[in-house]
Amino acid sequence: MATLAHGTPEIAAEEPVNYLNVEHGWKSWLFTTDHKRIAVLYLISITLMFFVGGFMAVLFRINLLEPEGIFSAETYNRLFSMHGIVMVFFFLVPSIPATLANFLIPIMIGAKDLAFPRINLLSWYIYVVGAILTMYAVVRGGVDTGWTFYAPYSSTFSNSYVLAAAFGVFTAGFSSILTGLNFIVTVHKMRAPGMTWSRLPLFVWSNYATGLIQVLGTPVLAIVLLLLAFERIAHVGIFDPNIGGDPILFQHLFWFYSHPAVYIMILPGMGVISEIVSCFSRKRVFGYNFVAFSSMAIAVLSFVVWGHHMFITGESVYTGLAFSFLSFMVAVPSAIKVFNWTATMYKGSVSFDTPMLYAFGFIGLFTIGGLTGLFLATLATDVATHGTYFVVAHFHYVMVGGMVMAFLGGIHFWWPKMTGRMYSEAWSKFAALIVFIGFNLTFFPQFILGYMGMPRRYHAYPPEFQALNVLSSAGASVLGVGYIIPMIYLLWSLKYGPKAGPNPWGAAGLEWQTQSPPTTFNFDETPIVTEEAYNYGPLEEVIG
Amino acid sequence: MLANLLPLFADLPLFPPVASKQAGQIDDLYWFLVAVSAIMTAVIFIGVVGFAFKYRRRANAHPTQIEGSTVLELTWSILPFLVMLVMFWWGAELFFQAQNPPKDAMEVFVTGKQWMWKVQYPDGTREIDALHVPVGQPVKLTMASEDVIHSFSIPAFRVRHDVVPGHYDNLWFTPTKPGKYHLFCTEYCGNQHAGMVGWVYAMEPREYTKWASGGGGEGSLADQGEALFQQNGCSTCHLLDQQGRCPMLRGIYNKPVQLADGRTVTADDAYLRESILDPNAKIVSGFEPNIMPNFKGQLSEENVIQLIAYIKSLSPNTPASQQAGGAPPPITPSKGARAASAANAAGGATSGQVKQ
Repeated sequence: MATLAHGTPEIAAEEPVNYLNVEHGWKSWLFTTDHKRIAVLYLISITLMFFVGGFMAVLFRINLLEPEGIFSAETYNRLFSMHGIVMVFFFLVPSIPATLANFLIPIMIGAKDLAFPRINLLSWYIYVVGAILTMYAVVRGGVDTGWTFYAPYSSTFSNSYVLAAAFGVFTAGFSSILTGLNFIVTVHKMRAPGMTWSRLPLFVWSNYATGLIQVLGTPVLAIVLLLLAFERIAHVGIFDPNIGGDPILFQHLFWFYSHPAVYIMILPGMGVISEIVSCFSRKRVFGYNFVAFSSMAIAVLSFVVWGHHMFITGESVYTGLAFSFLSFMVAVPSAIKVFNWTATMYKGSVSFDTPMLYAFGFIGLFTIGGLTGLFLATLATDVATHGTYFVVAHFHYVMVGGMVMAFLGGIHFWWPKMTGRMYSEAWSKFAALIVFIGFNLTFFPQFILGYMGMPRRYHAYPPEFQALNVLSSAGASVLGVGYIIPMIYLLWSLKYGPKAGPNPWGAAGLEWQTQSPPTTFNFDETPIVTEEAYNYGPLEEVIG
Repeated sequence: MLANLLPLFADLPLFPPVASKQAGQIDDLYWFLVAVSAIMTAVIFIGVVGFAFKYRRRANAHPTQIEGSTVLELTWSILPFLVMLVMFWWGAELFFQAQNPPKDAMEVFVTGKQWMWKVQYPDGTREIDALHVPVGQPVKLTMASEDVIHSFSIPAFRVRHDVVPGHYDNLWFTPTKPGKYHLFCTEYCGNQHAGMVGWVYAMEPREYTKWASGGGGEGSLADQGEALFQQNGCSTCHLLDQQGRCPMLRGIYNKPVQLADGRTVTADDAYLRESILDPNAKIVSGFEPNIMPNFKGQLSEENVIQLIAYIKSLSPNTPASQQAGGAPPPITPSKGARAASAANAAGGATSGQVKQ
């Protein structure tokens, strides 16, 4: 059963050949085309970026302890801008797709690798170039436009390293496009015999939907950043009304990518949760078809809701009306998922291993993040909360409470598969609890601050907001500790962790039928699939 | 350190003041949303915790496999959607109301500029980072930006609107409770964004009248505009009582204007602003382009507001108007408009302008 591998380190005479020990030396990593090694390269890179972005958050939370601020306005503005840019484009967007999905999609569908292994490696190099460009902007003095790069501030007024940062983001976008493209082609062309679409694990479905958004949406981000650069370098009037441009055009183009991008950042997390909830309830996912279909519905609808970021810019009331309505539509498939995860546990056999704790956290926090999104889809309450900490709290509940929880849950779930080792159960449960407490302490007060009117991106604020800001900063330090603990015990497990065996959780799914860690080509022979996903036993009951 | 912090929590405000008519209305909707969210969160929480406990492995070693249920799926798709339709409709109704200021609203002009709010009243009074309004009186703000996008927000009134450079934005409110309230910029606008704050003073009508009678000392907004109209040489071509080389402006405000390209537009604030800053954007039928110089970059948004106030004040019924015959004179092609467009007599008009 699920816990059989805990605490029994086998005395391995000789480790079998796997993707990690098959070759040694830095060249074997930097020139690899193995999707699993590329996933590890990505994992190291995005973890680094996560801690860079997190460190900036720690600094500006320190600043916000005092109403008048502790650092200068200039420093603060650069900190929150770089925090957003690093976290969104260099952590959240690639987080699950480039690491877990890169590692798992080929194995889950019974393939030897992704469809384009060399393009997969190329995408990592492009990501690194983008990250270096952005870090260059940081080292030179940073950028102060916020992650949204709103014109004409960014194109005409800002005296910071806008071009370097924007070019870094522009570059990283191509790595995202290539990853998405690779997934789409792989899922279409590389499925093992018998792996029909209706047998795909929901994790594959959600990453397939993500791939569609990455391929269709990201080029628009590239376009808007190029236009921004044209205006900044050549003073061609595109966005700045003083030279004949329209600042609203920037927002349309930016959000045409950046709202779907929100779903790039959450859909893969939803896929992880489907896998975890099913495994630790020992039960097939309730309403598989609806959960799979809801991922596709989210991908499609995500492209027609961008205007809800612009209700108060002066767009026509009828435009606002349409975008408000469509934003409610996109809430339905998200709600379907939450209900189905809950129903999956019904009559299951639930265990409380660490990945499941993260899944519980995800469901709770994502529910709050989703419901507070309704306040922002509703026209009148958006007017009252737009640009305040209410919005900050909302998207952190989705992005951090949702996606980072899912990412950590997924890492804990597939760590034995990726590394062949188990980590400390006690420490990992403790860390999950710390993350949950720290998260809520950090972000819940921000809902209250937001409705009271405290604006985002203020380095100083009226004194009556101090108490809640102190709570929030205190929470951030707890959250920081919660993120550092897993770093320690996971690294520790690489050397000292007990051997995991092929299937420590007793989970269904092709990835658990191959050895841990898998060999370079995943399977000795191409598996033949004869059953649907999550086959934890014969169907005994049908409701309705 | 900790001891210093304790007083902070003693008198901890958790909700903004309710100080306008719309504030109460939006709060009702807000509490409805909070209630729905709380119920939904509770349902999910009870479901997750309840199932996890009831079907924990020790209590239930053998799961029962269930395919799913179309009836349940439809239920939990359609029911929440119906509740969301209520939110949508309610929110849209209030939003529509916020777009339509009452006719009797008092008008105040606001210019956002890195990093201050400049306020102009029709009587010519000006202030910076402060707005005085009477309780019980609808107030309509017309707002412009000199540089980047700002956003004008009064949390106690639950009103907010972006102030986008290049055009006018509006919002309105009816203050209900006297007091001093925060005014914030809520669109990031650069280094001192957090300093782009001020106070709104909602006053009893009697006190407001007392405050307002202080006057500007520079005459009304329209007087200030008239001075600019003379200084910038506008009056050379825009004659007051007959058609000059440029359209006559008397009585034109909020009236339809026939354009050279066949369209008809309304001469509202936005049109007048554009025609001052970029005269060739829309040419009135019968007039030549390139006669009036471009005032973009020459006049501040505050100057433009003054000029528009002046144009508004040019009532069609002023006795000086001889040929108007009481009715607002329609803007028709003028006989003299064909005069040499090269003679740009209004050039150099900007030398005498007032810079604030």
